[in-house]
Amino acid sequence: MTTTTTRTRRRPGRTLLSTLAIVIAAVWAFPVYWMVNSSFQTLGRLRSPEPAWLPFGGDTSPDAYGRVADASFWDAMQLSLTVTLLAVGAGLVFAFLAALAISRFRIRGKTAFIVVILIVQMIPAEALFISQYKMLSGWGLFNTVAGLTLLYLAMILPFTIWMLRGFVAGVPAELEEAAMVDGCSRFRAFFTITFPLLAPGLVASGVYGFLQCWNEITLATVVMDPSNRTIPLWLQGMTTVSNQAIDWPAVMAGATLVAIPVIGLFMFVQSKMTSGMVSGAVKG
Amino acid sequence: MAQAMTDTEAPPGVPATAPPPVRNRRRRPAPYLLLVPALATLLLGLGYPLVRQVAMSFQEFGLAQQFGTADPGWIGFDNYVEILSDPTTWAVIARSVVFCFAAASLTLVIGMGVALLMRSISTVARLILQVSMLAAWATPLIASLTVWNWLFDTRYGVVNWLLVKIGFEGMEGYSWLANPWTFFLVAGVIVVWMSVPFVAFSLYAALTQVPEETLEAAQLDGASRTQRFRHIIVPTIRPVLSIVMLLQIVWDLRVFAQIKYLQGAGGTVSETNLLGTYLYQLGIAQSEYGVASAVAMVMLLLTLGLTFGYVRSLLREERAS
Repeated sequence: MTTTTTRTRRRPGRTLLSTLAIVIAAVWAFPVYWMVNSSFQTLGRLRSPEPAWLPFGGDTSPDAYGRVADASFWDAMQLSLTVTLLAVGAGLVFAFLAALAISRFRIRGKTAFIVVILIVQMIPAEALFISQYKMLSGWGLFNTVAGLTLLYLAMILPFTIWMLRGFVAGVPAELEEAAMVDGCSRFRAFFTITFPLLAPGLVASGVYGFLQCWNEITLATVVMDPSNRTIPLWLQGMTTVSNQAIDWPAVMAGATLVAIPVIGLFMFVQSKMTSGMVSGAVKG
Repeated sequence: MAQAMTDTEAPPGVPATAPPPVRNRRRRPAPYLLLVPALATLLLGLGYPLVRQVAMSFQEFGLAQQFGTADPGWIGFDNYVEILSDPTTWAVIARSVVFCFAAASLTLVIGMGVALLMRSISTVARLILQVSMLAAWATPLIASLTVWNWLFDTRYGVVNWLLVKIGFEGMEGYSWLANPWTFFLVAGVIVVWMSVPFVAFSLYAALTQVPEETLEAAQLDGASRTQRFRHIIVPTIRPVLSIVMLLQIVWDLRVFAQIKYLQGAGGTVSETNLLGTYLYQLGIAQSEYGVASAVAMVMLLLTLGLTFGYVRSLLREERAS
């Protein structure tokens, strides 16, 4: 917090640079704006030669949302939520236990475990999906919630362990030891002292895992039947080329429905993470 | 009292040099049990498929073997020979590597520029820039693909409308996805658009570590803008810069969903395949599991080769701490 306002001098090029920044901001935000904007237009308006710039006035309407939120949307929503929540729930528990083991205990093979976690993160999903597909088919788990959940769980675990390990290591073990000197059991010391301090870390890793599963496309394409789609594949299905007359307002309404909760959640974690980092810095 | 006194002495039969109780506690099997759920999942979800994939890449494994009408025989490096002597594979690898490096370097240059820009603009402008970058970053991949597909739409897309407006009459009704070159241009724009925010925020965070005093001192000593950038800023942010660069290369090598989506929206599959979609086509669509596994191994080795140096340096840090 030492760099508060040391640079308040005005530089001549600053206005120019600020203008450039606004232009770049507009370019980056435009697709997101256009998605929301198009979702409120009528099909006829979107097919007129001049683009419709504003999502209100004229003949805008929220009808597209009614058209898009049909049974297939809710089916996809249910599947996505089930798989994601199962994977994130199990992922947090498993990763938390593992993070505890590697940062609170002296165990043999710790370095080997860390190496494995690191390397596994580098393996592209694309390099494994053939055998994952064959494995699930062989076990009768093709096109099942259990199969997809297993793959998602394995997908988010390495990074979740990596992240939680940092958070656990960030809480000094001396705090627990002090409580144990005062007569707490190791178990109680951990759950009354360390665990509450880890809550932000658990939330952040949980939301991160949630976003990864929610947005996942590759594995969902490979191990699920086209009739049983997660939210991303449901949205993708609306714009395939065989679909001759694409209902663009509905597609954009679908994209908005998929995007807005995620953007909100993302902004939430982002602020949590920054505040966590700041408080960590203040506490030294 | 006497009882308490004896408790602190070493119990009979145990040598006086026995480790203190806390140490002892740490030798119990409990810590290893904590690792079991995570290890079991990783073995099941990633380890087993990996082993199987390696095995399959050395086997004759197609539809006949899948349905049990023929046994998967071991054929050594035949699958590798087959794919590596097929010019299609080389075209796909070359395309993937070129696309990856082009997209990654463009992302890094723009991301660096945005990060530097964030440092030298007014607070309001910086806030606007950060919010818009955050929105682009947070937008789910599939929603981004959908809206970009709409922006580049042949008949009603804003991009074509704008190009016609500023004088490129020939762009009226231009089909971006039908031509492989413009297909990859669109894919590149999407990949760069969605990757820049991460790079910009990471580098901006790293830039706050650059000591202001050193920069000012260098300026007083007559160092130019470029010199200050090269000799003060870059060395300070090097760790972040190298990890961002590495992640970008890894991510841009595996652009499966983006290419698959754009192919579905109108691209010619055979001319626009990158490694991920090529694998999908061979393995899932044509059921050539053995051959596809060999391609997957090539992709895996390519990725591990690119990341080897980074993993090694991280491990060195790990040992040092």
